[in-house]
Formats: sequence, C-alpha cells, structure tokens
Amino acid sequence: MTFIVKPKLHHPDLHKNALGFTRRDYEGTISTLCAGCGHDSISAAIVRACFEMDLPPHRIAKLSGIGCSSKTPTYFLGASHGFNSVHGRMPSVLTGANLANRDLIYLGVSGDGDSASIGIGQFAHAMRRGVNMVYIVENNGVYGLTKGQFSATSDKGAKSKRGVINSSEPVDLVAMALLLGATFVARSFSGDKAQLVPLIEAALKHEGAAFIDCISPCVAFNNHEGSTKSLDYVREHNHAVGTLDVIAHPQGAPEHDSARVQLITQPDGSVLRLSKLDSDYDIHDRTAAMHHIESRRALGEIVTGLLYVDPAPEDLHAQLHTTDKPLNSLDESVLCPGSAALAKINASFR
Amino acid sequence: MDPTNVQNPDYFHKVVDCQWACPAHTPVPEYIRLIAAGRHADAYMINWKSNVFPGILGRTCDRPCEPACRRGRVEEEPVAICRLKRVAADMKGDVGNLMPKAASVRNGKKVALVGAGPSAMTVARDLAPLGYHVVVYDGDTRAGGMIRTQIPKFRLPEEVIDEEVGYITALGPDMRLGQRVDSLKQLLAEDYDAIFVGTGAPRGRDLHIPGRSEAAESIHIGIDWLSSVSFGHITKVGRRVIVLGGGNTAMDCCRSARRLGGEDVKVIVRSGFEEMKASPWEKEDAIGEDIPILNFLVPKEFKHHNGRLYGMTFEKVKAEYDSRGRRNLVPTGEPEQFFECDDVLVAVGQENAFPWIERDIGLDFDKWGLPVLDETTFQSTNPRVFFGGDAAFGPKNIIWAVAHGHQAAISIHQFCQGLDLKDRPAPVVDVVSQRMGIHEWSYDNSPSLDLRFKVPHREKTAALKDIKAEVELGFDFKQAVAEAHRCLNCDVQTVFTEPACIECDACVDICPVDCLTFTDNGTEDDLRSRLSAPATTLDQALYVSAPLKTGRILAKDEDVCLHCGLCAERCPTGAWDMQRMIINVAQAERVCCSK
Repeated sequence: MTFIVKPKLHHPDLHKNALGFTRRDYEGTISTLCAGCGHDSISAAIVRACFEMDLPPHRIAKLSGIGCSSKTPTYFLGASHGFNSVHGRMPSVLTGANLANRDLIYLGVSGDGDSASIGIGQFAHAMRRGVNMVYIVENNGVYGLTKGQFSATSDKGAKSKRGVINSSEPVDLVAMALLLGATFVARSFSGDKAQLVPLIEAALKHEGAAFIDCISPCVAFNNHEGSTKSLDYVREHNHAVGTLDVIAHPQGAPEHDSARVQLITQPDGSVLRLSKLDSDYDIHDRTAAMHHIESRRALGEIVTGLLYVDPAPEDLHAQLHTTDKPLNSLDESVLCPGSAALAKINASFR
Repeated sequence: MDPTNVQNPDYFHKVVDCQWACPAHTPVPEYIRLIAAGRHADAYMINWKSNVFPGILGRTCDRPCEPACRRGRVEEEPVAICRLKRVAADMKGDVGNLMPKAASVRNGKKVALVGAGPSAMTVARDLAPLGYHVVVYDGDTRAGGMIRTQIPKFRLPEEVIDEEVGYITALGPDMRLGQRVDSLKQLLAEDYDAIFVGTGAPRGRDLHIPGRSEAAESIHIGIDWLSSVSFGHITKVGRRVIVLGGGNTAMDCCRSARRLGGEDVKVIVRSGFEEMKASPWEKEDAIGEDIPILNFLVPKEFKHHNGRLYGMTFEKVKAEYDSRGRRNLVPTGEPEQFFECDDVLVAVGQENAFPWIERDIGLDFDKWGLPVLDETTFQSTNPRVFFGGDAAFGPKNIIWAVAHGHQAAISIHQFCQGLDLKDRPAPVVDVVSQRMGIHEWSYDNSPSLDLRFKVPHREKTAALKDIKAEVELGFDFKQAVAEAHRCLNCDVQTVFTEPACIECDACVDICPVDCLTFTDNGTEDDLRSRLSAPATTLDQALYVSAPLKTGRILAKDEDVCLHCGLCAERCPTGAWDMQRMIINVAQAERVCCSK
C-alpha cells in the first residue's frame, strides 16, 4: 500500500476543461489496491472520461458493492457523491437513488463476485428495468480479497495460481446483459485505455442501462500462465469489433453510415462514430451481437468494443411515467397533494 | 529512438540538474538530505570535497544550480541550494578531524602556484595531500585573492575566509605571501616541475570620456576601490554617488557606498535592467537598500569645476535588435540627462593583465590577450605552465575558478607523473537501490509543497551602519530543514528494467506529472509530440526503453519528474526501481573525493 499522498505538484502544461478543472481535480485518494491492479487503470479511465466530458463532479453519483472493484470509487472523483452498499446490492440502491433524483449521473461500479455471484439477481433486474446508469463490472475472474479463488466469470479450463483447473462454466455478463435488455452493451480491457475511455464516455451519454464488462487482470492472483484473464492472454485473444470515437460537437457536413462506419446520434446531439473492422457487424442488431460473441468465443477469442446500442432507449422513468423533476426539488404541496387527492386515488380503486 | 544507455554516468548525472549545472559538480541533493537529517558536518564535507569553499560559496556563489533546479519547473521557485550550503557551513561544528591530513611523505615534485585566489588554492588543496611540495605566491599579505579583496564584508565575513583558507594552508603548502611574482621567466628557471597561474582578472576597465582625467580624484575603479575598502584604506565616500555598470561588482560598490556615508547612491547602466549581468538577488538587495537602478543611459561626460566633480551627463538609448538577434543601443534623441554626484565608481568590467609574463618563453597569447590553452587540461603552450580561474578564459566567478583548479590539478598530477594529460580519470559512481520495504524508501519521497523560504536579513538601519555587519543572517535549523524538504531528490533515479515490465499501466496512471507513456517507437521529435504530456523542454532527455512484449516502448520525459517513486511503488513487478546515484567527479587521485 502506498503511504504518501499523491503530490499536488503537476505538469506545468496540464490542461483545463470547459469547467476550469484539470484532470487531477477528478482524482480521488491514492489507491490501496495491489500495485499493478487493472482496477486502477479503469479508475484512471473514468477520471479521464469525466474530465474530457466536462462533467461537473458534484453531479455524479458513484455507487458500489463489496470487493476490490467496489473499493475503487474512493480512488476517483473525490468530489462526487458516493455510496458503498451491501455486497451485490449496488443495483437496487442505485435504482432507488435514480428514482429519487433523476438529474444525477449514475455510475455503478461492481466486480465479477459482486455482480455474477452474490448480486446476479440485482444485476439482472437493473438491466431489464432499464435504469439510466453506467454499470461497470471490473472483471478479473477471481476473488482477490480472499486470495484468488475462482469467481463465477472464470472460464472453464482456466488454471488458478495454485494450479487448480476450473471445472464450471463461466457466467458471461455481456451475453446476459444483451439477453436482459440492456440498451448499451460493451466489453473492454483495462490494459487498453484507447478503447476504454471512449466507451465510458459513450456509456455516460447513453440514457438507459449502459453495461460495460471490463476485463481487469488481477496482478496478484490471476496473471499467470494458464489464466484466461491475464494481461498476456487478453492481449493475445482480444478481438475488437471496431474503434469508437465520441464526437461531442459534430462539425461540418454530417457524415453518413457506410460499410465501415456506423454513426449513432445521441439525445444530446453528440455522435458516436464506430469504425468497424468487420463491415457486416450491425451495432443495432441485438441477435447478431449475441451470435457474434458466441461464435468468436467458440474460436477462443474475446470480443471487445461497443457491441450493441439501442438507438431509442427507454429508461425506467419513462416506463413508470414518473415526474421529470428530482423529488428534492418538489415542494410540499406537490409531494403531499392533500386529502382530496388521496380520496380521488382511493376512489379509483373502488 | 534507440534505447537509452543508462550505463553512461552522464545520463543520470544530467538528470540531477543542479549537480550537472555546477561547474564543480557538487552532489547537491545528497548534501541537502544530510542537512534535513541534521548531519551538517557530513553535508559540509561533501561540499568541501567538491567546491572547497562551502562557507564562502554559500554566501557568494553565482548559483548556476538554482536556475537549473527541477523544482523551478514544477513550481515557482527553485530550492535555495546556495543558502542551504551556508547552513551546512554555519552549523557543522568542528570538522578538523574530517579533513585530510598533510602528506607525511613528499613525492619529490615541486609545483609553484601564482596567486592565492580560489583557483590556486583549489590546486593547492588537491595536490598538497598527494605529497607535492606546493609553493603559493601572492602579492597580498593574506591568502584568498579576490574573495578577500573584492567581496564586501557585509556579504562575506572575514572569519569565514580565514577558516576555509586555513583548511588548505593546514595541508602544508609553502605560503609565500607578500611576494609578488614579477617574471614568469625567472620562475621557470627555478626548480619547479610545474607552474599554475591563477592570477585572476585584476584590472578594472576604465571609462575614457571627457572629464575623466580632470576629475580623477573623485572617480574610482570599482574593484580597486572595493579592495581599498576591504583593507581599510578607504573609509568614507561622498554623499552623492553614481555607480556605473550592471554587474555584481557594481552591486557591491553601491551597497558599500551606502555604508560609507553615501546617502544618495544610484546605479546607472547602459543596458536594460533585465539584461544586467548582476544576479537577480543582488539587484534585489541593492534596491532594498534604497539604491535606484537607472537603465538605458550611456555615460557622456564627467562634469567638474576645475577638477571638482559635480555630476555626470548621460545619453538616453533604447535597445534595437537586428535580424540576427544582436542588440544595438541606439540614441532615442532625447536631451542628455544630468545627475549630480560627488563620487563615481566605475564598475564596467574587468580585464586580464599579464605584464609579468614574458612573451619569449613559448607561451602564446590570443588576440584578446588571453593565454592559449587546452580547454580540457588547462595546459598552456609552454607544457610546464597551467592556467585556471579568471586568468584562464577571462572573468567568470568563484565556482568556475574552483572547477578549473580541480581540472588543472589533475593535469599537473598527470604531467608530473609522466602520464597522458588527455587520459582523465573517470567519475566515481555509486548506485544503491533505495527500497526498504514494499512501499518504503530510504529517502523522503513525498515532496513538500512549501514555497521557497526567505533568508532572514539584518534590520536595514543596523545593517547600513556597519560595513562589516553581515546582512544575511542565514536560515535557522528549522527553516533549513523545511527548505531542504523542498528538494526533489533528483539523484534518486527512476531505473527501468524492460524484461520485468508487464505493461499494466500502473506507473502511467499514478505519475503526478504525466511523464510516462507506453507508445510505439519513433524519432525523437515524433515521440516528444505524442507523449502523455508533450515534452517541449528539448534539453531534457527522454528515457526510452527497449521494445516491450507488445512491441511498444516506454518513454519517460525526464523534464518534470518529481522522483516521488510512485511509479516504483505502484509497479507490481519491480520493473521500476528508485536508485540513488551518487556521482563524484574525479579529482587529482582520490585523496579528496574518496568516500
């Protein structure tokens, strides 16, 4: 564990964003995770994405459960709201927070244990309900805090650090998210920020359930030969569907879809520009995405990149016809409309 | 780019900007750490080995180290390196038993040193312990040269000079003070194996404009006047004084004049204020003593009534730059300006003068009247004669004189032993990992955020009353520790071992100053433009690794690295390590620089 405070001194040419913040202003306290942990890279990617998007830190809420991954919100966005919930219960706490205050940007940070084991039901329902959030699973395939037992996302046949072979089938959270109706689904790798940062930015802009499964090698317990979640293995078997650019302020004549380029205009006017490696891949085709992932998996490849986006997502608030204002901005007369209103509601049930 | 060869001692030496900039290559961070640890005597000895006059330089050095200091690139001001050196000298206690002893056996070689200033005394210190019979000649009756004669006592008390010159005379050189050498030819005829000339730049430049000879009684050459003040021959000056010149001598003149009865003292320079040669802090101190500095004024005439000086006239000029960037001072056409004065001190430069060196002894001079020397060995065209200090390449400063002295001593030693002068001894390099535990280091790796501390000064009226009262009081113990903590420990190097690296990005993510990048290799210009933060300080090296497993390289911009060690702390495989690299530049044999 690092004992010193990360020095405040910074590069003399450090840029400021539109809000006047530097990237350093989006950091949290220094990480207490093992040196080299993939999770720290993901934290750095979140910091960079929020800085580049000019997000006001106080408008972001970061929620997590229990585990190495769920410790990380302390290490980024030190000026944002945070909630460290019970193991596997981040999705329901986040759902509640979102229903109460829909104006905040919700970032749920979880791990493979937190989401694929103890919290798998919570994960499933947040996806199918379409909670407007970014759900990041920092997936290392082991229980790092308890010294490296296989987790539910460990691949069958993978070898543990102590030489045990995993005999169970893995939970593929990306496939599940697609199946459960998530409207933005991506997979990435902590060792590839060029891919990860635009994905986080795009997910933050998405108005619905955005899921990112980020493979994040556990340097202490799952980075050896025989592991399928080591830095080397993921680098060797990574199959990206394409590269993503987030164009915040499109300029010039609008570009059109082509065989290689697919464009997704977001509700705020920004454009996601996907340069595909495989021209047949359709980012809006859920079934094709599931097929692609499975067929590549059969070849031993790990498909990464933005895999599916619903061009017209509908979130939980739209389904429930809730008020369009955060509850804390409603005054008493609106929240408590009085006995006449209650009588009217009761009458409707008779 | 090719992988950086860190086995070349110069590579990491350059990263220690202060030490690299110091002509004598004093291991600055090492002694600053010792000051922070309260080990003042050890800090002093490290200085003494490198620069011979820590107490003197701690007050008067031109400090080339400070503009080079990395702290000045990540924050507003560099570490007060010079004043920390003084702290080591002030608080060291008795260091007599740490000094080398006079040689018990003579080696049979005899060397004459002409002059007892900083360069010659350095040669004496380096050679005497090796057994050389060193004979020092100086026209003055006390050793020290310009240190004693030209630096006012309110900047450098006499006791400090006595002490540090004393450490050298204790090594047994034959001090022939009060004996001016009038003929090099005669000296060559004696039985010396080698002769070192360290006679400085003893002639102050004069100003030949109308009125100079008529009003001569009130017009003084700066360095001569300072020397007379120093020896007590001059004890007062007129009420209104004009000092001409913009160098440090001018600053010493004006501040001395303020203490000898000058109430209305002003400095008048030809150039602009910014381009003045004086160190910024010396200008600041002069202004702080109510001395205005007027610029862009070219002296035209000394005004006098029958030889009694009453003022000077000046022409106002402005700076214009030609296409090659050279500056010309052009008259503005404004009417001449007149300033009243009773005395004028002329401090417009110094020159070398070698009237005592015959021109028929095989010792060549160039067209500027300087000896023709080998730039590395300081040997003249007469192989037995070596030069150093201001006498070698014209006026510089004390620390350069010391550096010359060390090099000349090496040459003289090689020469007397019949060795090749070009075969210079290599530096002594000492590399030690600083790792004490997983995340613990044997140096304080958390940089202090304090801004530079100011050295306390004596109250102004008291300071101006007594020309011998030292103005700067020096840091106290606590201030010194706090200032020492501002040092970034640049000598604790970030050392990278490629095979261990797994490219996990941890070092890149943690680096507070964005100096690390994993990227595809390219030419230097190309790489510099696409690092995490563009590397625009071109004289700061890029540390480039060999290709890693993914084919990428790791590039580190050395420019603003804080040496905080976080890259090494967050590295899971120990590919990064923090290694203290002490580089002691070689001196004549190893008597003085041995550990």
